[in-house]
Amino acid sequence: MILCGRCTMWNTSVFQQFFFGGAPRLWVEVVYSLALAAVVFIPAVSLVAMIGIWAERKVAGHMQARIGPNRVGPIGILQSIADGVKLLTKEDLIPASADGMLFRLSPYLAFVPVFMVYMLVPFGPDLVFEPAAGLGLLWILAVLSIEVVGVILAGWSSSNKWSVYGAMREACQMVSYEVPMGMAILVAVTAGGTLDLVRLGHLQQGGIHTWLIFRNPFVFAAFFTYFVASLAANKRAPFDLPESESELVAGYHTEYSGLRFSFFFFAEYAGMFVIASIQTVLFLGAWNDPFGLIGHYDAMFRASGDVGGLVLLNLIGAGIFVGKASALVFVQMWFRWTLPRPRIDQVLYVCMKVLLPLGCVLLLGEVLWEIFLPGQPGVPWVAYGPWSLGGWSNYLPTLGVQGIMTAVGLLLAAGAVGFVGKAAWDGRHNRQRLTDPAPMPRPAAGRR
Amino acid sequence: MMLESLFYLFAAVTALSAIGIVLTRDIVRAAVLLLFCLLGVAGVFVSLSATFVAVVQLIVYAGGTLVLIIFGVMLTGHSPLHRFEPTRWEAVIGTVLGVVLLAGLGMAYGSAEFAKRPLAPMADAPAAFGVALLGPFLVPFELASVLLLVVMIGAGYLARRRKG
Repeated sequence: MILCGRCTMWNTSVFQQFFFGGAPRLWVEVVYSLALAAVVFIPAVSLVAMIGIWAERKVAGHMQARIGPNRVGPIGILQSIADGVKLLTKEDLIPASADGMLFRLSPYLAFVPVFMVYMLVPFGPDLVFEPAAGLGLLWILAVLSIEVVGVILAGWSSSNKWSVYGAMREACQMVSYEVPMGMAILVAVTAGGTLDLVRLGHLQQGGIHTWLIFRNPFVFAAFFTYFVASLAANKRAPFDLPESESELVAGYHTEYSGLRFSFFFFAEYAGMFVIASIQTVLFLGAWNDPFGLIGHYDAMFRASGDVGGLVLLNLIGAGIFVGKASALVFVQMWFRWTLPRPRIDQVLYVCMKVLLPLGCVLLLGEVLWEIFLPGQPGVPWVAYGPWSLGGWSNYLPTLGVQGIMTAVGLLLAAGAVGFVGKAAWDGRHNRQRLTDPAPMPRPAAGRR
Repeated sequence: MMLESLFYLFAAVTALSAIGIVLTRDIVRAAVLLLFCLLGVAGVFVSLSATFVAVVQLIVYAGGTLVLIIFGVMLTGHSPLHRFEPTRWEAVIGTVLGVVLLAGLGMAYGSAEFAKRPLAPMADAPAAFGVALLGPFLVPFELASVLLLVVMIGAGYLARRRKG
């Protein structure tokens, strides 16, 4: 809330009404926000990162026909806590030749920006820390671009050649991949017509065909370019060149141990959820369910002033949002354990000669589409029923395209789910074949 | 009251890190202090309700230019912990330039008129900026893009693969 000047703060928040009964004084807001950040935010983001780390190990295990962590707690869910305790008790090493000040500073520079982004992510129509950030997406891009500095400094200040190589790769990769990522974001923003994440969410509340990804073919393609570019910008495999273990030991965090190392780890996993959240807001309808029920009841409760209903709706919406983002995080993990790592020149080739021209073409096509084939930009729920054609009769070409895109998207999603399901089924029923190509004859029971 | 104290907080961050940039001998540390200086300036912009300028400041300078500076230092530095030792002449020239700039700023400060209260933030700042850039300020905007194009062609020329 500090970010946005005093005139726009909190004035739309249902929760503000709920807690303060009106607009509070500025210092109350500052103190309250700090307390909220300390009590709710830091534990919540840490929890996201910890569950992410556990899920990654579990997914990796199952993809490699292993079990993964299963000792600490039920299905190993407490593994991250055990790891955290272990990292806390490790010796905190600083190399003698390192620049101590920068070495200590850079984990925070890498972690804090990712953490700050959560302030702007709308988990529900009102469940957002700063609801009046009109420049939401720009803020996110700006804050995330600081993260690079932390990683580069970590590599540089370690004064270790592996670290410096990792940092240089990081500098090339992240700075160049921010461009196609920004272009893909721009395509979705052009389709939605606003940078405000909450308003983008409200735009997509009319059911699955109003989600921005299904607006037109260009946004549909931008969804995939964004996914690839954001993987690279978050240095996730297959683009994990800055820390490629097989060549650079551990890349930029080779010299880090204990708690400082875990900050980089937390930053990566919190960042995975951040880029998935941006993707959810931009393309996949944010907190809205596929049938537009949340939007319907949101408008209804807002009209009747039913605060309790709105709070309940926000919580349900937050569940849907986290579900969508987690599905995307799962796909990121799936990619990591499926694809091999390209060389750095291949990575930069993909950025400069494939994704960047593609992004330009998509942006141009999207702009022309918006000029020549006007849809219903920013239709609120009240303007039309989701399944009634009356409100759409003037926009039949747009509606037709949205219908086709929705069908294509649903087919793709169903195909992906079916593929994963079949793989899981095969793994469960043919485990003998996967782990043990030529099964040994078992000794007869009772012989030992 | 609260807003003023936030302004002074950001101003203090900016000023202290700027002093640090001048005093430190380590180039990379100077670059990090420049980051904090830029963050402080962005904070000042925010407390003056110029959020769009603050965001652009972060994206262009903190995320872009600063990374380029650090990258340049890493590529050109001789040792990992390269130190910056100015000669006497460089110090003299730098001091003279600094004094001249400070005098210019002071004169501008004396002659300018400032709004007493922070302005209300614009509801739709990016749209207004876009309309202004493609309307009354189209020529300077396009000239700037031509300049960038020239720089890009120059970089491509320098980095081209030489025959033989």
